[in-house]
Amino acid sequence: MMSSRAQPETVVVARPPSSVRRVGRLEPAALAGVMSRDVAIFGRYWKATTFSSIVQPTIYLLAFGLGFEKFAPHLLHVSYVPYVATGVVATAVLFSSAFPGMFNTFIRWQFQRTYDAMLAAPVDVEELITAEMLWVSLRAGVYGVAPLLVGFAFGLAPEWGMLLVPLIGFVTGFGFVGFGVTVAAVAKTIDNFNYITSAVLTPMFLVAGTFFPVSSLPVGVRQVAQVNPLYHCVQLVRDASLGSLGTADLGHAAVLLAFALLMWRLAISQLGRRLID
Amino acid sequence: MGEACGSVLASAERGNAEPPYSVRVPDERDQTVPPAISLRGVTKRFGAITAVNGLDLEVPAGVCFGLLGPNGAGKSTTMRMLTAQALADEGEIAVLGFELPRESKQSRLEMGVVPQLDNLDVELTCRQILTVFARLYRVPRGERPAAVARALEIANLAPRADTIVRELSGGMRRRLLVARGLIHSPRLVLLDEPTVGLDPQVRQELWSLIDGLRAGGVTVLMSTHYIEEAERLADTVAVMSAGRIIAQGTPAELVRAHAGEQVLEVYGPPEHLAQVSELASEHGWASRRSGPAVAIMRAESLDGLAPEGVRRPANLEDAFVALTGEEIE
Repeated sequence: MMSSRAQPETVVVARPPSSVRRVGRLEPAALAGVMSRDVAIFGRYWKATTFSSIVQPTIYLLAFGLGFEKFAPHLLHVSYVPYVATGVVATAVLFSSAFPGMFNTFIRWQFQRTYDAMLAAPVDVEELITAEMLWVSLRAGVYGVAPLLVGFAFGLAPEWGMLLVPLIGFVTGFGFVGFGVTVAAVAKTIDNFNYITSAVLTPMFLVAGTFFPVSSLPVGVRQVAQVNPLYHCVQLVRDASLGSLGTADLGHAAVLLAFALLMWRLAISQLGRRLID
Repeated sequence: MGEACGSVLASAERGNAEPPYSVRVPDERDQTVPPAISLRGVTKRFGAITAVNGLDLEVPAGVCFGLLGPNGAGKSTTMRMLTAQALADEGEIAVLGFELPRESKQSRLEMGVVPQLDNLDVELTCRQILTVFARLYRVPRGERPAAVARALEIANLAPRADTIVRELSGGMRRRLLVARGLIHSPRLVLLDEPTVGLDPQVRQELWSLIDGLRAGGVTVLMSTHYIEEAERLADTVAVMSAGRIIAQGTPAELVRAHAGEQVLEVYGPPEHLAQVSELASEHGWASRRSGPAVAIMRAESLDGLAPEGVRRPANLEDAFVALTGEEIE
């Protein structure tokens, strides 16, 4: 029973406790550590992401733009290509942040238990969720520019204001990934995401002035658009990209910032409650 | 429970037959060094279920401590409370001198965790996973490659450093989980059922790895329901049942106290076994069904009344069953 107690081959020596340093809240080292995992994973799928971020706006522009232009050559005061190209920026940001927020969170939390592993390390819930949200929204901000690049090929004119688009995409993405994380935290199963996708996200991305102006909609629907963060993202991106920034855009920016802040805290409180027993 | 622990260790006798190995017995330092883990009156409820029920537990620094108990005894919940992934409803917890949950992050910095369930990133390579965790554990940038190389070496995974986890065997994945928990040379390692579901060769490998940890001065808290594992590795074993510790001591002490020196195993057809069980209860002997036999504890004190059977030395399994009962919930 008590067989030979030979000396082990590998002796693992503990680090002396003197190397300890104090840890605080929202530490950059913890955020960077969590995000380094996202970067490592991104190294495996960046090609697919880049491919779809280019091909999707191309198809939108071809299908909607070229198809509709015959019927509605001039909506508002801009031609349809700039209109759709800027609208697709917002939808690209929405889908590249809300979906990872829902699916990645659920998979890493429930199926892969990645979050369990990380929370056993010196990372707290607030850091974990913030880092995940930062990564997704940074990516959404960068890839949100792709529709504009595609738009250039369709005749969209470059504008200095377009340099603000990654920032707008980042703030909007931060709000929507927080929304996704919150949904993942309260969803019982991954199938329940279908309710959100069909009943919330799809109408949201259509009633935002993406492909047709909100002003063409009935008054009631127009009012709904006002509380749609994506509508404010579309307006801001369009004004920045078409050189028509004005005071109204401060309001759009304020709404997006408030949305991002609200979703950040909501995501932490909702998922935090479920990550810690 | 805490006071008992110190004296138990001081008088520790290693093993049944083998002489004690001085390296395995903690010395008097334990009187002055604060315990690595201390739980006092800890209770954790999940709705109507009380998973941990007034638990008192003290793990001295530098020992390998085995938390033994049947499934559902509260071992995993206890482990999760030590990383503040579960918060106690009542009681006090201190890990490496830090008060939980307030200073939990600080204690996690110096503690490694090997979970029961595989939670590796299947899309990453061994090196990538270890590098991510080296960052999470704040290993300075310049030291990360060496820390990763060392962890790969410990886990015998150096040739697989750049293999994606999905392509590793079950044993390799388990070793990678251990390597991940050791990336920052922790002072304390929590192992939750470290060898569950592994084949004998891989178990042996992990046992030697765990033995290597405590030889290097790392405190190990290991939960297990494999009795042999606790018997081989642990300096002190605490038996947990229904959310609290019901017995604690060295494996040898527990065996002596709860199963005596010898066990008499009586084999035969079911009717015979039923008679033997009845005889045992008439005389007040502790007995249990052990597969196709009835095992009677403390066979050395049966005098001439003992039925025909095979005598063998009592082991920790006898003590464990005597303590936790035979019924499977």
